[in-house]
Amino acid sequence: MQPIHLAWIDYTILLAYVAFVIGIGWMLSRYMKTSADFLTSARSIPTWVTGLAFISANLGALELVGMAASGAKYGISTAHFYWVGAIPAMIFLAVFMMPFYYGSKARSVPEYLKMRFDERVRALNSVAFAVMTVFASGISINALAKLLTNLLPWQFNLNFGFIHLGSYDSYLWICSGVVLVYVLKGGLTSAIYTEVLQFFMIVLGFAPVVYLGLKDAGGWHAMNHSLQAVAVDPSALYLKDAGISYAPDAWTSAWTPVLAGPAHNPMGVDWFAMIFGLGFVLSFGYWCTNFLVVQRAMAAKNMTAARNTPLVAAVPKMFFPFLVIVPGMIAAALMSMPDKNYRIPPPIVAQANYDQAIAAVKAANPADPAAAVAAVGTALGKKIDNKRIESLVAAEAGGKLTDTEIKQGLYNSIAENDYDSVILSLVKKYCPAGLLGLALTALLASFMSGMAGNVTAFNTVFTYDLYQAYFAPGKSDRHYFLTGKVITVLGIILSIACAYFAKQYNNAMDIIQLVFGFVNAPLFATFLLGMFWKRATGTGAFIGLFCGIGSSALFHALTIAQGNAPGVKGGYIKVLSTFPSEMAQNFWLAAFAFTVCFTFTLVISLATKSQKTDADLKGLVYSLTPKIVDNNIPVYQRPAVVGIVLLIVCLILNIIFW
Amino acid sequence: MGLDIRWPIGLMFTLIGALLAINGALVKSDHAISLGVNINLIWGIVLLVFGVFMLLGAIKGGKNPPKA
Repeated sequence: MQPIHLAWIDYTILLAYVAFVIGIGWMLSRYMKTSADFLTSARSIPTWVTGLAFISANLGALELVGMAASGAKYGISTAHFYWVGAIPAMIFLAVFMMPFYYGSKARSVPEYLKMRFDERVRALNSVAFAVMTVFASGISINALAKLLTNLLPWQFNLNFGFIHLGSYDSYLWICSGVVLVYVLKGGLTSAIYTEVLQFFMIVLGFAPVVYLGLKDAGGWHAMNHSLQAVAVDPSALYLKDAGISYAPDAWTSAWTPVLAGPAHNPMGVDWFAMIFGLGFVLSFGYWCTNFLVVQRAMAAKNMTAARNTPLVAAVPKMFFPFLVIVPGMIAAALMSMPDKNYRIPPPIVAQANYDQAIAAVKAANPADPAAAVAAVGTALGKKIDNKRIESLVAAEAGGKLTDTEIKQGLYNSIAENDYDSVILSLVKKYCPAGLLGLALTALLASFMSGMAGNVTAFNTVFTYDLYQAYFAPGKSDRHYFLTGKVITVLGIILSIACAYFAKQYNNAMDIIQLVFGFVNAPLFATFLLGMFWKRATGTGAFIGLFCGIGSSALFHALTIAQGNAPGVKGGYIKVLSTFPSEMAQNFWLAAFAFTVCFTFTLVISLATKSQKTDADLKGLVYSLTPKIVDNNIPVYQRPAVVGIVLLIVCLILNIIFW
Repeated sequence: MGLDIRWPIGLMFTLIGALLAINGALVKSDHAISLGVNINLIWGIVLLVFGVFMLLGAIKGGKNPPKA
């Protein structure tokens, strides 16, 4: 990635944003009087604000980057992560689960688990969650520091005697410092407010990029037309290995390729894994049990507001594919049009390798193309397009090219794509100074709020579910308020440590994310049984959860995705089954872990006696809680009504892009 | 919470929108990069309208501008 030239107007927008988030923290600090103000916003925020924060906490920068990448790799089917993998679960959370979360007065998801089951389940969930949030925030801030190091022209080289700070370190500490200031000042409310600000930044910062991209590709229909050619021969754009071909609608239809089977869609998944694995287990497990998002709804000012929070969030979520996935599709379409002179950036190659490769091109003998290709390939150290190298060598032999021309030729012949840089490459391509600053600020905003969101979830769980529960129960509120602040600082420091860890060991981060996958996959089974079956016991839930986690690890150890070598990616004990893609492996793993957890919780609950009486479970279990009567609120605000309308709209979207 | 979030959102987008629009209107630059569209001017106006809309909402909401 080459540094971007930013003008004064870009810097002004960037600084204005930073000034505003710090200002918000400052304004809010006057209202922070108790631990509840700081950690739970004292349940005081209007619905549209919690709703947008709810969706914004999920729409991190990594999601933004990742969805554009998937849009290029898989096309419109990526929208299933929204239409199948989010909307139904969000509606379920609003209509069925929020009454228990909000009504139970629990301050966190682990605390609900303690009320419903017992301390063991809470401890297991809160420790796993605390570790997970710290790593998630570290990953986010590491990505931001790396991005800024590559993008901004300033190089830092600061020496403080015993400490030496390079560019990466400086950006990491500055950004973490900004987050620390506004979270420490305004607590959860600060995080929620900046998430709303970030929501508008992202929507308003990226919409013009999508518009210009579509205009350049010749409009929606022209883009789809180009993508049909891409689907028939994806290897031409290095999207797949040579020889793989799909039906023309593989990139432009959401359901037809999936229904045709794993060999007929670029994701390599089947409809059952898609609907049960993604649409049910993974999706409900994330949206309905992850405290990071649920916390936003818990901060709402009353029960109706809390229940409507996920519904407000579902509206933009449904239309996000046009903002985040379409850029990837535009990129793939543009790459297939030779006159647009665009390619998805290849992985970064060091200048030294380019120099060697340029020398190899100059020294090559056009009469022996195979040797020339081999020499250039070794020098570059990447997979290369043989034909392009051959014609480059021939052009150089025919009439001398400049080094810059050869370098451009080499760049174009690297047969690998760095999908994660799709979104940034489009921003660079279309944004003049001014708009560029807006788009980059939107990206920066979402990285920082990714950190803030995780830190505010971390400090609540740590303070209430670990510190207050096990280390220092029964202290004054002032004590927990100050503890919350100290934990916030601790959370930021741990995030920075995780960022350095992520920078050092990419592989280790993959393993950690894998382990989180194991921990989260079965969780929804515990909640489902806990909320809707009063016989579920603490022992049943605890053992069921443990077996669920164990079974997902075992499942991973015994299966592998096509094209992966046994090891970190699975199959480290023995390969019993091979999936067509990693995505299919993940979906099936989730489905398996859920089933195991569900079965064990059910069986062991039947075999053990519940420690809780019906009176204890009132407000926590469906059958023992008085139904909420919605007669006093207008029809269009009733969660069940709004939920059904949203489901219908979502269905229509699916049919349009079928 | 005492601070109506429409204040910071409104102020920020009014500011950024005005900045973009003025830049688009006054600075003679090559619009080739944005396909011949003066996107700064157009989008600046969109942001400005959004920002003002938010500010109006905040004013109607009844809370006075928070004092620092």
